Amino acid sequence: PQLTAEPSQQGEGHMLHVLISRNYMGNMDMNEVDHFMPIMMRMEEDADSSPLVTHGSAHFLWIKHRNLYLVAMTKKNANAALVYSFLYKMVEVFKEYFKELEEESIRDNFVTVYELMDEVMDFGFPQTTDSKILQEYITQQGHKLDVGAPRPPATVTNAVSWRSEGIKYRKNEVFMDVIESVNLLVSATGSVLRSEIVGSIKLKVVLSGMPELRLGLNDKVLFEITGREKSKTVELEDVKFHQCVRLSRFENDRTISFIPPDGESELMSYRLNTTVKPLIWIESVIEKFSHSRVEIKVKARSQFKSRSTANNVAIMVPVPSDADSPKFKTSTGSCKYLPEKSVVQWNIKSFPGGKEYMMRAHFGLPSVESTELEGRRPITVNFEIPYFTVSGIQVRYLKIIEKSGYEALPWVRYITQSGDYQLRTN
Amino acid sequence: MEWANQLCENRQFGSKMTDSKYFTTTKKGEIFELKAELNSDKKEKKKEAVKKVIASMTVGKDVSALFPDVVNCMQTDNLELKKLVYLYLMNYAKSQPDMAIMAVNTFVKDCEDANPLIRALAVRTMGCIRVDKITEYLCEPLRKCLKDEDPYVRKTAAVCVAKLHDINAQLVEDQGFLDTLKDLISDSNPMVVANAVAALSEIAESHPNSNLLDLNPQSINKLLTALNECTEWGQIFILDCLANYTPRDDRESQSICERVTPRLSHANSAVVLSAVKVLMKFMEMLPKDLDYYSTLLKKLAPPLVTLLSAEPELQYVALRNINLIVQKRPEILKHEMKVFFVKYNDPIYVKLEKLDIMIRLASQANIAQVLAELKEYATEVDVDFVRKAVRAIGRCAIKVEQSAERCVSTLLDLIQTKVNYVVQEAIVVIKDIFRKYPNKYESVIATLCENLDSLDEPEARAAMIWIVGEYAERIDNADELLESFLEGFHDESTQVQLQLLTAIVKLFLKKPTETQELVQQVLSLATQDSDNPDLRDRGYIYWRLLSTDPVAAKEVVLAEKPLISEETDLIEPTLLEELICHIGTLASVYHKPPSAFVEGSRGVMHKRLPARTGSGESTESPDVGTAAGGSAPEAAPSIIPSQGDLLGDLLNLDMAPPTTSGPPPPTTGMQMGGMDLLGGGLDSLLGGDIGGSPAMGAGFGAAPAVMPASLNAPVGGGLGDLFDLGGVGMPMGAYIPPKIVWLPAMKAKGLEISGTFARRAGVIQMELILTNKAMSVMTDFAIQFNRNSFGLAPAGPLQVLTPLGPNQTIEVSLPLSTVGPVMKMDPLNNLQVAVKNNIDVFYFSCQYPISMLFVEDGKMERQVFLATWKDIPNDNESQFQIKDCHLNSDAASSKLQGSNIFTIAKRTVEGQDMLYMSIKLSNGIWVLAELRVQAGNSNYTMTTIRRSGSSQKMLTFFTCAACTLTSLCCCMDLMLSQYNT
Repeated sequence: PQLTAEPSQQGEGHMLHVLISRNYMGNMDMNEVDHFMPIMMRMEEDADSSPLVTHGSAHFLWIKHRNLYLVAMTKKNANAALVYSFLYKMVEVFKEYFKELEEESIRDNFVTVYELMDEVMDFGFPQTTDSKILQEYITQQGHKLDVGAPRPPATVTNAVSWRSEGIKYRKNEVFMDVIESVNLLVSATGSVLRSEIVGSIKLKVVLSGMPELRLGLNDKVLFEITGREKSKTVELEDVKFHQCVRLSRFENDRTISFIPPDGESELMSYRLNTTVKPLIWIESVIEKFSHSRVEIKVKARSQFKSRSTANNVAIMVPVPSDADSPKFKTSTGSCKYLPEKSVVQWNIKSFPGGKEYMMRAHFGLPSVESTELEGRRPITVNFEIPYFTVSGIQVRYLKIIEKSGYEALPWVRYITQSGDYQLRTN
Repeated sequence: MEWANQLCENRQFGSKMTDSKYFTTTKKGEIFELKAELNSDKKEKKKEAVKKVIASMTVGKDVSALFPDVVNCMQTDNLELKKLVYLYLMNYAKSQPDMAIMAVNTFVKDCEDANPLIRALAVRTMGCIRVDKITEYLCEPLRKCLKDEDPYVRKTAAVCVAKLHDINAQLVEDQGFLDTLKDLISDSNPMVVANAVAALSEIAESHPNSNLLDLNPQSINKLLTALNECTEWGQIFILDCLANYTPRDDRESQSICERVTPRLSHANSAVVLSAVKVLMKFMEMLPKDLDYYSTLLKKLAPPLVTLLSAEPELQYVALRNINLIVQKRPEILKHEMKVFFVKYNDPIYVKLEKLDIMIRLASQANIAQVLAELKEYATEVDVDFVRKAVRAIGRCAIKVEQSAERCVSTLLDLIQTKVNYVVQEAIVVIKDIFRKYPNKYESVIATLCENLDSLDEPEARAAMIWIVGEYAERIDNADELLESFLEGFHDESTQVQLQLLTAIVKLFLKKPTETQELVQQVLSLATQDSDNPDLRDRGYIYWRLLSTDPVAAKEVVLAEKPLISEETDLIEPTLLEELICHIGTLASVYHKPPSAFVEGSRGVMHKRLPARTGSGESTESPDVGTAAGGSAPEAAPSIIPSQGDLLGDLLNLDMAPPTTSGPPPPTTGMQMGGMDLLGGGLDSLLGGDIGGSPAMGAGFGAAPAVMPASLNAPVGGGLGDLFDLGGVGMPMGAYIPPKIVWLPAMKAKGLEISGTFARRAGVIQMELILTNKAMSVMTDFAIQFNRNSFGLAPAGPLQVLTPLGPNQTIEVSLPLSTVGPVMKMDPLNNLQVAVKNNIDVFYFSCQYPISMLFVEDGKMERQVFLATWKDIPNDNESQFQIKDCHLNSDAASSKLQGSNIFTIAKRTVEGQDMLYMSIKLSNGIWVLAELRVQAGNSNYTMTTIRRSGSSQKMLTFFTCAACTLTSLCCCMDLMLSQYNT
């Protein structure tokens, strides 16, 4: 692929300008990007959008981060999936380096940004994009060559390109978070259209040396292979692993073995389509009396075992954008009207399993109806339930072997939270 | 260390110390100051200066003037400074190639530095300096770096070979770098392997036949091993490279698939898509009864579904690819309908793609759910999305017969919402449903008719009119309804006019007694008052058809229409195969082959899926299509035939949805007879009351029943050549009048336009010179013509791409077509032009030489010429004198031929040369001419005779034929005198 990374910026007065750019292949005119900005502004006006725009023979692939556009330009039949994941990777790297990716942080660090752009891609081929490794040899300090100048860490080109050798800790520990997000889509008539669990296992690794880790889960397929079908298992529909996990090993015997990256990382993610009872069920009646008022009744029911509790539950109920004078009544928790989002937010700090709560809201409507059509926005719900996985997944063991033979303790936490949790309204 | 110290100090004083200070606004003389600083003795000051230079470069200022000063800083022991100077070099070396040589020494030295980071940096940067002179010096350092002990240097050098190849391919080949690069595929380091593969693939792309990648089972094995060890990006390079390989047999194919499948579990979506590409391609070779085949099918679904949890842009790429995959192998995702349900917060581009896939996956099993969803979407607010949802309901009805009734009632519910664009969209799709299930849902027509007034989009109006015409016998007030449309006939779009014409003819055939007046009205509107040739053609054909044989008319117009196919918008199978080979790339997102949008890729071979082979059999004929393997027949859907032929027109299919490519209905004979229809009187049925219109009378009265032009007009060469006369020289170029000023600057706020017309290679060109005599920049040029005698119209936009600065001049050539709207002008060759720019719209008129319209195939066959000459009545003849022409007859003939005036024969009678010539105008009018040249007399006599062409377009011109001749002769007069001087 022939790429030009081109973070450009949207500033005041909706004028875009190029903040910093790098031409990776010589055969593209950098002024081509001038065509990109008018196209973007036109699309914005037409409330149109497409992540891929064309001008003449130039193709622009862009993503937006806050008010920055990261744009890749190419004239070839580039691998579009690669380009987008590379752009997102760039955002990640910049964020690791500068905390926030914004116009100011780019300006304040333009020398480092140039250095990074030089290192992460060569002639349109992405190279090393692991920010932990990059930080070992691209630093914000000045260097003299004869003394402290960095050398490329062997890690960059090693098969284990995500962990450097020689890491030392006094106390060796691994913290694991098993986080499950529930995505739910319920029709206006109350039938579940889609219910999906997206799980993620995150690691915080505080281990010396080059440890070998093996993770055991109650994976249904594994239990079938090993003939332990009676135990409670989970059928993982699709699993994605951090590049440290040996994929062919997993494919062969479902063993999850890896040398972990140092510090925080996402080891794996998985998806289950098993239909579970929606953890928090919402019934709502939203009655709109044109020119006078809107009346909202919401009933929330927790459908998990009473020994668990959902925390920080927030139920967002849409109201017309021209509604005014809110009045609320709740059986528990508190309500807030957020006019900028046109929603009522009902907060319940603690929501034990098997309970049911009610909320009523009343809004006035102006006598002159706004001409603007409003979409029927769904009710969305946020929550988190600690010490609980909705899928029933369990970490059975995490074996840690390092040649120095130290003892290390794994810590595991479970939490279930709302993902894309939407209930359509009438 | 000094730099680090300074950082600390500054922090202590509490000032914010960041790079942004380098961007502070510039003062006058900045470059001068920088120059001094760059040459300072103090290292710190130097570095600061270079940073300032780079900062200026970043904001787009030209700092190339500092080139020698910056290059002087290159020899430094400060890594940061070195990187900045390198960056500067990459940007400006091309503009200062001679001075760039100064840098070579340092590069060569750096390539031998003890620190691998420096060696790699030097070789990476050198490759980015696209200056020919430098590339020579690059070879030796590159050779060393390719064999460097440090893998970081080797992986950088591998990419450098691709860079160098892009600048100087020959050099790379001569130096043997390609072989070294191939050796790197066996390198012990996975990243080196990955970059070598990437570089080779890149080079191979520009040399499709080079066999560079020479993939064989051994090298494939190496790649598959490296696949497990390299970075996510390296995995993509390797997978994309693997996708170009064609396994020898199904066993090899299976073993590669087995080793690629684990990549489906990679967290990076791009790795997953590239793996899907390899699997989709190699699967093609697996026998379908193989257990592994179905295992693989099952394994593909979950990762594809998971891609929909990625970032929206990646979702979009994934969805565009899934669209291809479900067309190629619908079984993979047939149970996954629900994951494509649209979420409220999806970006619109994701919503539209999901909708598309939902329709493709719709089947009897899931139709209830799909319909419920579509109905929900149809009440959203985003207009594009809602329209597509309504259309999708119609497509479901056509695709799943059992659901048709539910779909129709859903559509009726939507019509009740009275939301304007929903109603219109619904009517358009209901028309399609009527086509698919004739005589089944007509009960809804009454509801449709209630909404007649709210339809303001042509497509919806046309659909409604079609429905009324098609079911005229069941709609009591069909005549009133259609009549109501007739009032504003000329304001309607062509689509609606054509539809209305046909609908009324249908109505007349069904209810002849009450609607005679109506049909006469529409026929005369279509034939007399319209400038649209399609409309007139169709009008005349119906008229003639109705007048000669009403029974035949009924058979043609009310013929049973072919059913429309179930699947629409399917990608044509060979293109689909090619796109599958490009999964993940832009081609798969655009649904276009790379050759359609990548410059210089036209010669590149189109990728194809491998053929299925039997076990152990070798692929001796790799070109055997998939049809032989048995997968194509079931996958090959009936593709929508292109429409718009005469038959389609007659059957009124032009706006209809796709038809199956079945056998045409038994009325093919019409096509040939079409011409004849225009012949004799057609009043028998309708009585004489229409004969009064002058154009009609002239048209049919004057046109003799001649053969269509296409039958007797030779297309140059062949037989026609036999009649060429000796002595006629090579044809000269066509006559081009000199450019004159058409629009003076004072009349057009500073824009001056001069121009002329030329006919080049059969294309009429308007050649313009635009001069900006104003003080401000002019942009956004556009041009339009008024209707004119010969239907001249711009064939494309005015190509003024760059803004026209003050005192700038630009020459533009605008190709013209002759299919624009026609109106008789006075003088006949007058052309009224409007030119727009960012300032205003300006109008002027100009006259084109009639010879622009003389077409290349205007050479009449000799015998036809003779017969025609005799047949044409004397009334059509006119004579002119051409004065002061000193050419002999042969020279005149040769010059005239350059302007497509062809000499058919020459006779010499009593010292007088007589040339017989033919001319064909772009609108089909033939003109025959006799040119008498008396030796020693500078006056020529020309006799011209107009002969009718047989195109209907010329009807308009019968009334003005005399004018044509006058201007023709003026023009020839001009031409000859021009040649004289």
